[in-house]
Amino acid sequence: MNAVDVGPGNAPAWQEQVYAVLKRHAVRHIVYVPDAGHAAAIRLAEADPQMNAVALTTEEEGISFLAGAWLGGERGALLMQSSGVGNCINTLALQSCARFPLLMVVTMRGDWAEFNPWQNPMGRATRPALELMGVMTWRADAPQDVEPLLHGAASMAFNGDGASALLLGQRLIGEKQWVKE
Amino acid sequence: MGEGMTAPLDRRAVVAALLEGRDRLLVVSGLGSPSYDVMAAGDHDGNYYLWAAMGSAAMVGFGLACAQRARPVLVITGDGEALMGLGALATIGAKRPTNLTIVVLDNGVYGETGMQKSHSSYGLRLERVAAACGFARAERIDDMAGVAALRGRLERGEGLAFAAIDIRADAPPRVLPPRDGVHIKNRFRAALGFSPI
Repeated sequence: MNAVDVGPGNAPAWQEQVYAVLKRHAVRHIVYVPDAGHAAAIRLAEADPQMNAVALTTEEEGISFLAGAWLGGERGALLMQSSGVGNCINTLALQSCARFPLLMVVTMRGDWAEFNPWQNPMGRATRPALELMGVMTWRADAPQDVEPLLHGAASMAFNGDGASALLLGQRLIGEKQWVKE
Repeated sequence: MGEGMTAPLDRRAVVAALLEGRDRLLVVSGLGSPSYDVMAAGDHDGNYYLWAAMGSAAMVGFGLACAQRARPVLVITGDGEALMGLGALATIGAKRPTNLTIVVLDNGVYGETGMQKSHSSYGLRLERVAAACGFARAERIDDMAGVAALRGRLERGEGLAFAAIDIRADAPPRVLPPRDGVHIKNRFRAALGFSPI
């Protein structure tokens, strides 16, 4: 987890824009494995009586959940960290075979200015792994890109029964302070 | 299969009994034999058969139950499939949807791959895992009377439920459901009144 204070009023604007875009696309279910970069969206989802927020034990649970929700006529989105993409690989076959809208928002680790080298292998493999499994990917490194790129990814998931992922770069999220100076 | 069991049940008879006279029930089946069992009981627009994504059946049923809160949802899967997605029981137990029942046909082996032992054969009790995860009702069923009682509760949505049912480790002739995931998705959604995109 990236340790950033994102309590009410402290989250960067782009974090709250993520939630606003999901709401505009009629997302009813937000399923997630926590990351600090998703803290505002998770907090807003948990506080929203119109939203079903589901904490997962592992990221691939979210893919099957969203398949079931779409069978039942409702849209959702999966929020997770890049390390979780590795957990999703086999389950992504469900999206390929059934073709339901799968929108993933992925905060990067093992990316820019990573302190912990153990994050790097999966961080480097995140985008190729998604693309190997047929997921369309976009990447935001600047705050002003988050809203339009997420809108685009959501449009192509929901209008095309497609699998879309927006990667939120570590430079956007901010460098994690491991040692207090 | 439970310790000390004398007469484990026939899987086809169990699934047929659970689905007989179904009304508003929506069904998700796990890959392998449970999908064949559900198909053998009669193809139905309200069935979603999984052919892959092992470990996913419970979560597909959970997502469906969250989106269709007025309909009872039944997941039918096997012990091996359930073991691969054990965390799903924790995720579901945290939210406790009242309209979801998960049935595990528990024969203690991986039937699709040559009857190798699963953790059930080494003493794991899936119903205890479900109970620990917060399922309001979690039980093991070892006779057809128990299956009939479960069938009676299925349509009523009386709370989150889990049942492990002791079945024989055999492999009845395969009855293959449709493999076109898009077709069964669109058929399922159409039965609920939703159009393709």
